Amino acid sequence: MAKKQETSQTEAPIIDAKIPKGPLAEKWTSYKAHQKLVNPANKRRLDVIVVGTGLAGASAAASLAELGFNVLNFCIQDSPRRAHSIAAQGGINAAKNYQNDGDSVYRLFYDTIKGGDYRAREANVYRLAEVSNSIIDQCVAQGVPFAREYGGLLDNRSFGGAQVSRTFYARGQTGQQLLLGAYSALSRQVGKGTVKLYARYEMLDVVVIDGRARGIIARNLVTGKTERFSAHAVVVGTGGYGNAFFLSTNAMASNGSAAIQMYKKGAFFANPAFAQIHPTCIPVHGEFQSKLTLMSESLRNDGRIWVPKKKEDAEAIRQGKLKPTDLKDEDRDYFLERRYPAFGNLVPRDVASRASKERCDAGYGVGNTGLAVYLDFEDAIKRLGEDVVRARYGNLFQMYEKIVDDNPYRTPMMIYPAIHYTMGGIWVDYELMTTVQGLFCIGEANFSDHGANRLGASALMQGLADGYFILPYTIQNYLADQIRVPRFSTDLPEFEEAENQISDKIKRIMSIQGKRSVDSIHRELGLVMWDFVGMGRNKEGLVHALERIQEIRKEFWSNVFVPGKAEDLNNELDKALRLADFIEIGELMARDALLREESCGGHFREEYQTEEGEALRNDEDFAFASCWKYNGEGEEPTLFKEMLEYEFIQRQQRNYKA
Amino acid sequence: MSLYSVNNEITKHKEIMEKNINITLKVWRQAGPKVKGKFETYKLDNISIDSSFLEMLDVLNERLISERKEPIAFDHDCREGICGMCGLYINGHPHGLDSETTTCQLHMRRFKDGDTITVEPWRSTGFPVIKDLIVNRGAFDKIIQAGGYVSVNTGGIPDGNAIPIPKPNAEEAMDAAACIGCGACVAACKNGSAMLFVAAKVSQFALLPQGQVERAARAKAMVSKMDELGFGNCTNTGACEAECPKGISISHIARLNREYLSAKFKD
Repeated sequence: MAKKQETSQTEAPIIDAKIPKGPLAEKWTSYKAHQKLVNPANKRRLDVIVVGTGLAGASAAASLAELGFNVLNFCIQDSPRRAHSIAAQGGINAAKNYQNDGDSVYRLFYDTIKGGDYRAREANVYRLAEVSNSIIDQCVAQGVPFAREYGGLLDNRSFGGAQVSRTFYARGQTGQQLLLGAYSALSRQVGKGTVKLYARYEMLDVVVIDGRARGIIARNLVTGKTERFSAHAVVVGTGGYGNAFFLSTNAMASNGSAAIQMYKKGAFFANPAFAQIHPTCIPVHGEFQSKLTLMSESLRNDGRIWVPKKKEDAEAIRQGKLKPTDLKDEDRDYFLERRYPAFGNLVPRDVASRASKERCDAGYGVGNTGLAVYLDFEDAIKRLGEDVVRARYGNLFQMYEKIVDDNPYRTPMMIYPAIHYTMGGIWVDYELMTTVQGLFCIGEANFSDHGANRLGASALMQGLADGYFILPYTIQNYLADQIRVPRFSTDLPEFEEAENQISDKIKRIMSIQGKRSVDSIHRELGLVMWDFVGMGRNKEGLVHALERIQEIRKEFWSNVFVPGKAEDLNNELDKALRLADFIEIGELMARDALLREESCGGHFREEYQTEEGEALRNDEDFAFASCWKYNGEGEEPTLFKEMLEYEFIQRQQRNYKA
Repeated sequence: MSLYSVNNEITKHKEIMEKNINITLKVWRQAGPKVKGKFETYKLDNISIDSSFLEMLDVLNERLISERKEPIAFDHDCREGICGMCGLYINGHPHGLDSETTTCQLHMRRFKDGDTITVEPWRSTGFPVIKDLIVNRGAFDKIIQAGGYVSVNTGGIPDGNAIPIPKPNAEEAMDAAACIGCGACVAACKNGSAMLFVAAKVSQFALLPQGQVERAARAKAMVSKMDELGFGNCTNTGACEAECPKGISISHIARLNREYLSAKFKD
């Protein structure tokens, strides 16, 4: 049981998120009514750099260019259409209430705050819920082929953490279709010449002049050369840092380097410990494995999660002596339905993940490793017929079969939790601006809307809300003061210095010529992260992790081997630069997890749980976002707090039982 | 249980199952766009049949790095079959022999012990080689920039349900929209034509009310951009459909032809 402990950080300075005054439902309207705008003639004279082309980046770049700004857009892949938003399967939430099931902006806001275990900022989340409906309208107008009912109207499905059906979807490829919508809007602007697109470029630093972000240094991944770019403002939408764990559901190139660069230039890193572990992923199957594959949360609409009720059955299954289909219903433990009758299989992700881990740790897990639970469609197939199940989830079932070589229509799927999303990220105020003037952060890369746990189908919503409907407004409030500022020359000493630092870093990495590949060190980091900064965390483990990460850092900087030349297409060098930053992020995550002596959302400190094993939050001491300020290499970062004062809803213990 | 012990368990398990194979790889190596390339042969032992094709290449690259050699450059990202970044020409087929499968979703259990596997980049005028197995598919972006969109700005949009769309049309539009832009259709085509790619986008919008306003202009602009970028003509061999990892049907090419002709007649 938890005891209230004294925290040494109670004296931390407070930061202000500049939330507009007034009633919750009127804040955004009132902000927009009073903010400063830039007139059309002046927009043409202002340049904006947007880094990233996922849902947030592409929608922001397109929208800003439509408004008349000159946009420079950077993309790590060969085309903006490949950003990792594309892999989102299940859907996007909106408060349309098309189903007449009692949904509203307030209810979406409330569910999101509660889902985030009361660690998100009220005003931002309300605004998110408020613009959610416009996102659906926008995407429909772009020709996104959402699923429809026979009458021709939009269809919805249910997702975790909600008692209404508010999730819009395009088969199991919603992220793909929304990204291609944003990509088409972006492509239209590229064709018009209002967006200059730089594909196969990776940002390596932000350039700050007199306290304001004025440009970036980026590396051309084909030639390996670094280049300088200037602008009046910089917007970063580079996604999350889940790949610090090596194995995650993120794409191979997804990384946290842009976040670390911003952090080192003065932007605060908020709640780094808040990472989401997704309950339904295909279990780890080999040491050669490069990534984990997610099976959409939408499967929990019809799939039932269970493990054997008796340990001996679980043991027999692990040894291959018994098949899951041999077990009668009364010998199965549908543990989510048992523990959480009100939400059943549709409890939020953090709750479902922990419950699966609990069963496996107690010896009821299945699969040859014992680290898997079943997701079973037998009942759904009986109830709806195989054809209906195929129409709903066909592509997911096919993907499962390709990877696992097992037919999920006949035997239940095996699933296990995996790192999926990071709620933490760069701290932003109400305007999505970081603690560096003119440096904005959008989408998964920022920390703002999901608190300690994100609900399913809300990542797509947030990415597009930031890019289409929030940033294009708030950035003008900043740029309005910049209209007299002439374009910056990239010959300024600040650019020179930033580029020199990068080339020094690259030279240093290339000259180590050690014995270990980048991946082998990254795997080592990933194991430390998963074992000690993963689903269950405790003080001893976190202290140990911090020591181990120090050793891994030393190993990297003294023993990594990067073959080839720096000025060439060199994947190993790309990965090495990212790993150097993942090590920093891993340390920050462990440090933050150690500070937060409570359990909330995806952050589960084993010392702080209820008798029933539920997360035990501590609102008295930890109702804040922890914001870390960089103090230089080898120095401890300083903690700042954003106090999360809830004016409009009351914090409660999160209850999905009744 | 920690992941360390999981790995040990898996290794034990694998020894029992004897699921590993030995293969020979012939891989195209080319140091840069203007350098002459050639095949290199690599023998690989003890490859788990549960690993994906790209994980097998990871194993080879780890070995090359340990031998202080440059690893093989290849494109890949999501490794879930959706981003369209990966694309290898394996034993004479884009993405290998499996139907409706991207390279990253191809698994080694599809190969036999002792197999020789040839791996090449996409070969097409439209997609010049950058390095080893990586090609430049920027031409696809240019085709989309020429008209692969509905011209709506952000904001000021009527309610999503204001335009009802018959379910079959929405479904067929979704079939077309499932294209991942990997370029397998071009690599499979003896003419190096990008018709299936262009047709998928033109067809998606032609089937939806949102696409009607710019219907004629779109078909013309995208086809003329495709021609300008050096892609070949379509002679209806159907190779693109057979190799498409997303099963995009050539019936969309028929629709594109209809769209293009009727647009031209209106000129």
